[in-house]
Amino acid sequence: MKLSLGWIGDFVDLPELSNLGAIDKIVERLTMAGLAVESFSVDLAENGDVDLEQTALDFDITTNRPDAMNHYGVAREVSALYDLPLKPIAPKLPPAEGKSAVTIDIQEPELCARFTAREIRGVTIGPSLPNIASRLRLLDQRPISNAVDATNYVLWESGKPTHVFDLDLLEGGRLVIRKAVGGETLKTLDGVERKLSTDDLVVADAQKPVGLAGVMGGFDTMITERTKNVLIESAWFDPATVRRTSKRHGLHTDASHRFERGADFESTVISTNRVAELILASCTAFGGGTLIGDVIDVIARKLDLAPVELDLREVHRVLGEKLGALEINRVLTRLGFTVLPGGEDTYLVHIPSWRLDVEREIDIIEELARLHGYDKFANTLPAYSGEVRDLPDAHKDARLRSSLLALGYNEAISLTFISKEDAKRFSTAPEIDLANPLNEEASVMRTSMVPSMLNMLAYNLNRGSDNVRLFEAGNVFEASTADARSPERALEMKRISLGATGSATGSADVDVVRGLSPGAAARPFSFFDLKGDVESLLSSFSHWTLYYDAHTADYYHPGRSARAVLDGATVAQFGQIHAEVAAARKLRRDVFVGEIYLDRLYKHDLLHARYETLPRFPAVERDFSFTFDDGVEFEKIHQSVSKLAIAELRSFVPVEIFRDEKVGAGRYSILLRSKLQSSERTLRDDEVAQWAEQIVKALEGLGGGQRT
Amino acid sequence: MPYTVPHLTDFSTEALDSAVRELLSALEQESAAVGSENDWKAFRDRWIARKNGIFTQLNELWLKPAPGPNKRDVGRRVNELKPQIEQAVNATYARLVSGALFKGRSVGRARVPDSAQDSAVPCRDESERLDITLPGIRRPLGAEHPVIKTMNEMIGVFRNLGYSVEEGPEIETDFYNFEALNFPPNHPARDTQDTLFIAGQESKPTRDRLLLRTHTSPVQIRTMQKMKPPVRVVCPGKVHRNDALDATHSPIFHQIEGLAVDTNITFCDLKGTLDHAMKAMFGSSVKTRFYPSFFPFTEPSADVQISCIFCDGKGARDGAPCRNCKASGWIELLGCGMVDPNVYGFVDYDPAKVSGFAFGMGVERIAILKHGVDDIQLFFQGDVRFLEQFL
Repeated sequence: MKLSLGWIGDFVDLPELSNLGAIDKIVERLTMAGLAVESFSVDLAENGDVDLEQTALDFDITTNRPDAMNHYGVAREVSALYDLPLKPIAPKLPPAEGKSAVTIDIQEPELCARFTAREIRGVTIGPSLPNIASRLRLLDQRPISNAVDATNYVLWESGKPTHVFDLDLLEGGRLVIRKAVGGETLKTLDGVERKLSTDDLVVADAQKPVGLAGVMGGFDTMITERTKNVLIESAWFDPATVRRTSKRHGLHTDASHRFERGADFESTVISTNRVAELILASCTAFGGGTLIGDVIDVIARKLDLAPVELDLREVHRVLGEKLGALEINRVLTRLGFTVLPGGEDTYLVHIPSWRLDVEREIDIIEELARLHGYDKFANTLPAYSGEVRDLPDAHKDARLRSSLLALGYNEAISLTFISKEDAKRFSTAPEIDLANPLNEEASVMRTSMVPSMLNMLAYNLNRGSDNVRLFEAGNVFEASTADARSPERALEMKRISLGATGSATGSADVDVVRGLSPGAAARPFSFFDLKGDVESLLSSFSHWTLYYDAHTADYYHPGRSARAVLDGATVAQFGQIHAEVAAARKLRRDVFVGEIYLDRLYKHDLLHARYETLPRFPAVERDFSFTFDDGVEFEKIHQSVSKLAIAELRSFVPVEIFRDEKVGAGRYSILLRSKLQSSERTLRDDEVAQWAEQIVKALEGLGGGQRT
Repeated sequence: MPYTVPHLTDFSTEALDSAVRELLSALEQESAAVGSENDWKAFRDRWIARKNGIFTQLNELWLKPAPGPNKRDVGRRVNELKPQIEQAVNATYARLVSGALFKGRSVGRARVPDSAQDSAVPCRDESERLDITLPGIRRPLGAEHPVIKTMNEMIGVFRNLGYSVEEGPEIETDFYNFEALNFPPNHPARDTQDTLFIAGQESKPTRDRLLLRTHTSPVQIRTMQKMKPPVRVVCPGKVHRNDALDATHSPIFHQIEGLAVDTNITFCDLKGTLDHAMKAMFGSSVKTRFYPSFFPFTEPSADVQISCIFCDGKGARDGAPCRNCKASGWIELLGCGMVDPNVYGFVDYDPAKVSGFAFGMGVERIAILKHGVDDIQLFFQGDVRFLEQFL
């Protein structure tokens, strides 16, 4: 929002501002008082001094301060900051003639508390005076005509939106402030024919709406070159009503911007008179313009701002420093507040009508802190005696994260939204739709982290990065009710997604070096690499049972994916992505993804390390060479041996697997290695032999044939 | 004619003496003939290879055929030969190595290894030499995401000041995201939030409608609802805005919200706390500057700037205006303020008894500053070329 420094200077004698350094100072002072100046542009006068008339400051005024979104408001702040007098706006009008026949009828006193109007006859519509036009131009406002510019000028001068009608086009010579009736339309100044809602507040003549109250005037009653007689109006409209209408019609105007933030109830008469003064001044050149009657001021209800009690002890309690009574009085008075002495250390502060943001003691304390200067307050650290807590899962999060980083997975973050199609493809959960999505590809909250992981893998492959390891920790979302179209509540579940493609080492550089060493050539990332990583992650958590089976979602390769079941709950699924899914996403390489369901996994504690005596007696290894049908998975073999409950069996692992003609089709040969050890004694040959026999029997029970 | 182990049939003392002599003489001759590391390897393997080395053959050809009464004698001789052969192998190597070491000098005689350590010297010849300037074989580590890393660093700073960590849902109700934070329904301040709304909420009362939280401030409310003062929490998390992804905007980003409520908290404490935190994060020479701003849930409210970390607050670097702070010497970093008494009304705190402050900062913004990232999209693409820069 641009404001002219020269114009501000109409109302307060600015400090010496002839050079840039001085302008910098006032700009900084205003900024530090909460009127942020984003930038400014200056012109130099012929004598080399800064031409204040051509100096525009670009403000970013916070939404709570509509009173400062104009020249007079800023001048008021300058007057408080520099302790200078503020000059009043006092329109000088010629004596009025006769009596105006116009009547005002406020039918909605709640929504329009006050409506003020004034009639001028015999005006000549033409261009504005040069000083008016040039000031508007500096603010990037296009001059239109003397009457319209007068309202615009007043808006930028004092912040009060006003309007001028062509009086002769107002039917019945009266204005009614009412709600629109069903089916009514209004062509607004921008030329758009608008269907009105019965919630819209309108300014109407005897027949039809002639303006959207507080938003925009009507096209049919606007000022034209033919206009002879005008009616100026200035009113107070309900902020919420203006806002609704402005939103409903998609019409954000300078007027609505101010009304919806709260207009000054008391300034309707002065702004009406100021517009009249400007119109009459512009007409003198054309020899015309007569003020008709008194200002017509209809107050439907009073808008009083209750005085606030200010306690100096409260100022101290909140700010941490004492402010002097003199400073308090001076600052508040300059800002237009009236400060009356109350009890001991208290004041009764009356709030000016333009400060709708000030209602409570704390609001006044903010004013005091603001003008005192935030930087003048000391920096202190408060004492504290409370507890310090971590999030309940903080240690689990940290453990998984550090393991993933150590395993070579890069930490990634993707957007939280996915397409409807992906939500359906990668989850059966009822998805949550966005009401105003960014685009169709991001129209629902993610029900799965897999699609975005696939997107990230594709992104990398498309850019020539062939070796990729990524993980992302985040939430997935689903509707609590089956009817996802109107979710009652949203469920959020923590997940980790994994993604990998390329070489097993995760780095092409490594393979170059390995290539130098025979027998250690590059190996592509495989299912077992991913499974090993998942095993490492899960091994941090305490559990009774953990097994892997092939029950995975249909977007996984049916033969190269697994789920991990920990104490009966699925805590992860992972594997190569299904060929169709890969093809649909144009993934031309083998791509692996995984999902870890943290909400389930975190029901388990992290393993707490407990020392066990180191083995003092030697371990014995026994190998078993068997052939099995392909249908006998290692998990079955392992379980059948586990069931023997041989306490001394410390491990039972596959060491070699192969298939050949000798083994026969549909069968495979496996070399299994057992490690037996007791913590109490050296094992005897006969007991080892006995256990070996049990193991052989168990394996034979699975249809295994021992090879000799 | 190279030496071969004879298949013994005569086990008399004389015959054994002769066989041993013959073997030792062959050992000495062959040792003397070794001139290179390859020679030596062949020599070593010929004599002490487990499979079919000469020493191994002694078992087959001498020990096994020995009749009962002679077995003991043969066994003793074979056992004595073992260290002799091994020593010869090592000595040969030592001669080779010392020859190489003292090349160009006159060497009287080869050094003979005389301890077990010497005998453990690894055996390498020139052909096995490695170019040790080649890069090592690395197991690549994963890189921390710069945003999460920055977030953890910031949490650490406040944790050291006694702040606990709290979290809240990403899908919030209007009540927590707006109403309880003193954004009344239909208030213009809501416009600044560019909210993404959940579909199908029209039938509910406004305060129960679901939306994507636009800031982590709702966690303030949730925290105060569940505990009484004193409260000191930081609330990190993901937030959403209706902004299309481009170099400077993102529909998701991360924030850290902070809240301290107690019987003794003042505006000076707010300033001191954030001044300390900024110094902890950006270095102790950093200055902070507070100036008035507006947030519905704080009063007084402030924006905080730090002195530009690129030009040390001078506004210029190398004679040119500093681009990072637009030559102002200051960088805007966070918003804060004293908790508005209206907020206490929603959580049943007595504003006459307690006071507090709240602050919020964008993590991406700080990560961008710290690492000089020029495009916020890079944070959310999973591009390993980007991520691996943060190893």
